[in-house]
Amino acid sequence: MSLVDVSGVHKSFGSLRVLRGLDLQVDLHEVVVLIGASGSGKSTLLRCVNGLETVDAGEIRVDDIDVTSAAVDLDKVRRRVGIVFQQFNLFPHMSVLDNVTLGPRKVLGVNRRAAQDQARELLARFGLQDKAEDYPDRLSGGQQQRVAIVRALAMKPEVMLFDEVTSALDPLLVGEVLDVIRELKSEGMTIVMATHEMGFAQEVADRVCFLADGRVLEQGPPRQLFDAPQEEQTKAFLARVAAGRQSA
Amino acid sequence: MTTPAEAPLEAPELPYVDPVRRARARSKSRRDALVASVSTVLVFAVLGYLVTASPGWPKVQETFFNWDEAVAAWPTLIKAFVLNIKIFLVAEFFILILALLVALGRGLRAPAALPVRIICTAYVDFFRGVPTILVILLLGFGVPALQLQGLTNSPVVWGTVALILSYTAYVAEVYRAGIESIHPSQRAAARSLGLSSMQTTRYVVLPQAVRRVTPPLLNDFIALQKETALVSLLGPIEVLRAAQISASSNFNYTAYVVAALMFVAITLPLTRFTDWLQKRDARRRMAGAM
Repeated sequence: MSLVDVSGVHKSFGSLRVLRGLDLQVDLHEVVVLIGASGSGKSTLLRCVNGLETVDAGEIRVDDIDVTSAAVDLDKVRRRVGIVFQQFNLFPHMSVLDNVTLGPRKVLGVNRRAAQDQARELLARFGLQDKAEDYPDRLSGGQQQRVAIVRALAMKPEVMLFDEVTSALDPLLVGEVLDVIRELKSEGMTIVMATHEMGFAQEVADRVCFLADGRVLEQGPPRQLFDAPQEEQTKAFLARVAAGRQSA
Repeated sequence: MTTPAEAPLEAPELPYVDPVRRARARSKSRRDALVASVSTVLVFAVLGYLVTASPGWPKVQETFFNWDEAVAAWPTLIKAFVLNIKIFLVAEFFILILALLVALGRGLRAPAALPVRIICTAYVDFFRGVPTILVILLLGFGVPALQLQGLTNSPVVWGTVALILSYTAYVAEVYRAGIESIHPSQRAAARSLGLSSMQTTRYVVLPQAVRRVTPPLLNDFIALQKETALVSLLGPIEVLRAAQISASSNFNYTAYVVAALMFVAITLPLTRFTDWLQKRDARRRMAGAM
């Protein structure tokens, strides 16, 4: 049984049909990378998985709990599904430590002491031990994004969703964030990640999914998808990405 | 542990400005200071001259700025002013809480909360539209006229209630503007951690919203401090009424000036305090980044 099971999901915003019957299964400890043009539905899919968006049709199961059912307590699902956004979305009025401990304290009921100890441990693991007392505005983009990852990890999620987490970063800072994701993979975290970093996708993905027209058009191990794509649209997309990289 | 040879390395590095530019900057700042002082002294001297040289000045000075009158009126006025401060403090306390509830009520999106939303919206629409002075008159004279058992007839109480009703509507809108100015991504981030909608409002949205609207909130409170004088219409002897009595007993208006200065004196510290709060907040968040 898959840890995340998306079947036949439709989602529109007004008349804009973003997801059109999308299916995707993610197994425990698997790293799945979503690629595709802007607007192909990568972000929307991730936001649907942790219930930030409601679906119009279809079903999403996380650890066999139907996230899309009306009866489900979404707050309970969300604490098991971590998400990290493109724009970090740290809470600017709180120190790094408070950002990281808010969830465990208020949602899991961990006492302040224990939450802070756990937070400091996590921060130290990702080289942020000196930043615990700082406010987010003082940190570089890369540091902020690492804090955002730590904040999600503090909830001890079963799966982590990364929504183009390096797209808003200075190219020099992308590496430090990708290092964190590598580390999570090596620990066996289940990861679903939307990204434009094709090199990184090739390196860490167990499976790459190419999204087009609100569906998974093609998927497979990175070697196969990048070196021998079957679908015309996949080929065209990869060619465009390659051309863009050369001109950059 | 430092040898003399190492010492210069440990000294903090000063920003380097070449001597010519440094001299130029220094002479400019000296010149600026001189121009500023001369123009200030000049403007105030001319203003002072124009006022004191006017033909009516001795008479005005006698009726509005009479030191002996000020000293004589002071004890009565300050005692009356305590009532203004009491009204203000009580009103402010309730306004801060009620306005927040109204703002949150207007923001409720649950279908079952529709009546709450309607009531809050209607309340704000009504009380923002009616002049405060009318609310004071209606409540202050209207409620006692109902002769209801168990309700006080105290004009101070009803005047204060009227101020609360009127200002809660304004302040609720200030809160609401602040709440709506917080980007939805903040809410999404909090919800994604598993925080409930209420926890998200409490820990993520409100703290940021209140910080953002502190200046307009303060603005409303300064206005409120002044409008406590309107309660005098109902008869209680607050500072404006006391000054009126003083003025009509000896045809000297110095008491009005003293009362005016009292209002200024209590609004100033509040303003400076908020400036300081905001600076501290900005410094804490932006230290090193600017």
